[in-house]
Amino acid sequence: MKRTAQPVAPCVVAVCANRSAAPRKRLASIFATLLLASTPLLMAASEAPSTPAISPPPSAAPPDDGQWTMPAKNYASTRYSELTEINEGNAKDLQVAFTFSTGVNKGQEAAPLVVGGTMYIVSPFPNIVYALDLTKPGAPMKWKFEPNPEPAAQGVACCDVVNRGAAFADGRIFFNTLDGHTIALDANTGQPIWNAHIGNINIGETITMAPLVVKGKVLVGNSGGEMGVRGWVKALDAGDGHVVWTAYGTGPDKDVLIGPDFKPHYDMDKGKDLGVTTWPPEAWKIGGGNMWGWISYDPDLNLIFHGTGNPGPWNPDLRPGDNKWTSGIFARDPDTGAAKWFYQWSPHDLHDYDGINEQVLLDMNWQGKPRKVLVRPERNGYLYILDRTTGEVLSAKPFGPVNSSKGVDLKSGRLIENPDKKTGTGKVVRDICPTASGLKDWQPSAFSPKTGLLYIPHNNLCMDEEGVEVNYIAGTPYVGMNVRMIPGPGGNRGAFTAWDIAAQKPAWSLKENFPVWSGAVVTAGDVVFYGTMEGWFKAVSAKTGDLLWQFKTASGIIGQPITYRGPDGRQYVAILSGVGGWAGAIVSGDLDPRDATAALGFVNAMKDLKEATTAGGTLYVFRLP
Amino acid sequence: MRPGTAMLLFALLTLAACQREERDTRPQNSLGSGEQPTPVTTLEPGGQRASASDNKAASFEANAFHLSEGKRLFSWFNCSGCHANGGGGMGPALMDQKWLYGSSIESIHATIRDGRPKGMPSFRDKIPDDQIWELAAFVRSLSGNAPSSAAPQRNDDMMPHPSENRLPDAATLGKSP
Repeated sequence: MKRTAQPVAPCVVAVCANRSAAPRKRLASIFATLLLASTPLLMAASEAPSTPAISPPPSAAPPDDGQWTMPAKNYASTRYSELTEINEGNAKDLQVAFTFSTGVNKGQEAAPLVVGGTMYIVSPFPNIVYALDLTKPGAPMKWKFEPNPEPAAQGVACCDVVNRGAAFADGRIFFNTLDGHTIALDANTGQPIWNAHIGNINIGETITMAPLVVKGKVLVGNSGGEMGVRGWVKALDAGDGHVVWTAYGTGPDKDVLIGPDFKPHYDMDKGKDLGVTTWPPEAWKIGGGNMWGWISYDPDLNLIFHGTGNPGPWNPDLRPGDNKWTSGIFARDPDTGAAKWFYQWSPHDLHDYDGINEQVLLDMNWQGKPRKVLVRPERNGYLYILDRTTGEVLSAKPFGPVNSSKGVDLKSGRLIENPDKKTGTGKVVRDICPTASGLKDWQPSAFSPKTGLLYIPHNNLCMDEEGVEVNYIAGTPYVGMNVRMIPGPGGNRGAFTAWDIAAQKPAWSLKENFPVWSGAVVTAGDVVFYGTMEGWFKAVSAKTGDLLWQFKTASGIIGQPITYRGPDGRQYVAILSGVGGWAGAIVSGDLDPRDATAALGFVNAMKDLKEATTAGGTLYVFRLP
Repeated sequence: MRPGTAMLLFALLTLAACQREERDTRPQNSLGSGEQPTPVTTLEPGGQRASASDNKAASFEANAFHLSEGKRLFSWFNCSGCHANGGGGMGPALMDQKWLYGSSIESIHATIRDGRPKGMPSFRDKIPDDQIWELAAFVRSLSGNAPSSAAPQRNDDMMPHPSENRLPDAATLGKSP
């Protein structure tokens, strides 16, 4: 099945799809670049299939410069690299170029960054930032910065003490600490420029997400959906760290930054102060809707897109109503934070289906018309395609086993609940699929415009749930649910699925023993990289899923792979190894597998992980010999 | 022996057999906390001090009522939110044989009362002292450190693991009997 590498040009396909959208000048210059680059590219283009091309908007996914300056690679969040040195044919020869220990044996969920000749990595708590000099043999440390976060913060972090990475902009590295600080460092020296304390651990707030820098603003959200924390997204001024705007996930319209510009597509999201009226009195103040995942940005529409987390507590009987604006997605003006539209994936969420996964911004033909869409593999099990200008749902197809709902009503936009799987106080509901951790959790997928496929790392788990009474005590968990998870249909607890966006069905899917809790990256060499919780780092064919190469790292992998062009002009692939996160908490937190409800029930599905791997924290970087 | 005397003796014997555990069902609700010194290490330069046992320890530790109350409070005060039903989560597991700050009921009482630096909050003046003792006694039962005659039996809720009165003593796990 393996094909020899072909110099197909992704940009050519991209250009074709965006003929109407992209400015003429830009088109001309891209074509000129391509012409200069190589002639085979154009020949390949003429042979390109006539199927409607799908590609990110060029403004959100500019031509690849070989760097990796934000975890999602670009504002469109494609995690796609145009580098082709490593391809389907030679990936089998990949070798370790260098390694580096983060010195922290907790879940390593961060994406390394590469800017110029320097690599930047952030460790889990205590959130040490390292700069490695890629221009020297062995990539020695250039500087490190220790923010010394409050150790007590570890006690209010729901699911291991992870950090999902830093962001680079304008000569600065921006990152968050578990105890609620956003810090800007001078990328050259590691000297702190500003330090903004925006989260309060005494009400259970932590920060685990990677910031995104848009138009001179650092966008950050809080974690704490399991602690009764009211969610927010803040925009901090990249210059001095002052808060420019704050948008809450619950509460009155003025707090949510809902104003005259707010035009949701569906009736269920229209009305005044729904963030108050869709809750029992005052419950919105401790209702979650946190933002600890991914943000995308469309420069053409001047909109950012971010999800909102689960409502609190998990037990739905304690919060009758739709619980706006939790488990949904907002489009906002990055300058003011003003909401433009909202869509709720899981109204009155029953199963902890946070709505904070990545959104991949793409332009595609939908039923004969060019549409600006947003693709979201959601925790509730559906692969959503939304019109990102309006929030209209174009498609919602399950990408794995789902029985907690029966589909999405495209007319009303509403998720169709399965009454048999409705949880509540004092009853045990069995075999709910997917679990609280979702068919897919935070682990980000990658999209290749060459194949039109979205590469989704995900889980295959089901669960039993029993709602129980719970007291709100600030700074302690506010969950009210006994959970135990079990492997999903087929027994494989994880899967890596390539989803054909145009055809709305999987192209291929690989079974993995453990949940695939790592991110993915795909390249123009038609190689997809991801890691497993046993510690295998894998390269598979982007077209067929055939395994091309694998390397066993020291610990389970839950990090985000990246690929970059080093100072020597060669292509490298980097991944942090170190098991943990919610799925790996049994190892990183040394939990006891005899308690089925440990780690909010996840331990029951991961009893054997302690025999498969141990805690770690090592950067691995690979290249061809 | 007259039948009346026999009856009386029988009744007395029966009543005597009904001797049951004393249940202080209304523990003190004062917040005042015992201030026994509770070192968190056994390393004591210059020779070990005699360990001081709190006089409440014994009366709470093997008492079914206090253990059962401890179990109720363990959920009520959201201990279960972090430590699950002993397997741990945000906080460490409590049903294994690993003790970061000592396994004695006094140490556990001190942990709940004063907190620990890596994330255990301090409940001093938030939970009445007697209830802290009940919690501490229940925590020990999670690792089999409570008489099976006194430890809680089956749950009213989803069973996360065998009931506390059937859990093996963690200290003997992995060792031959």
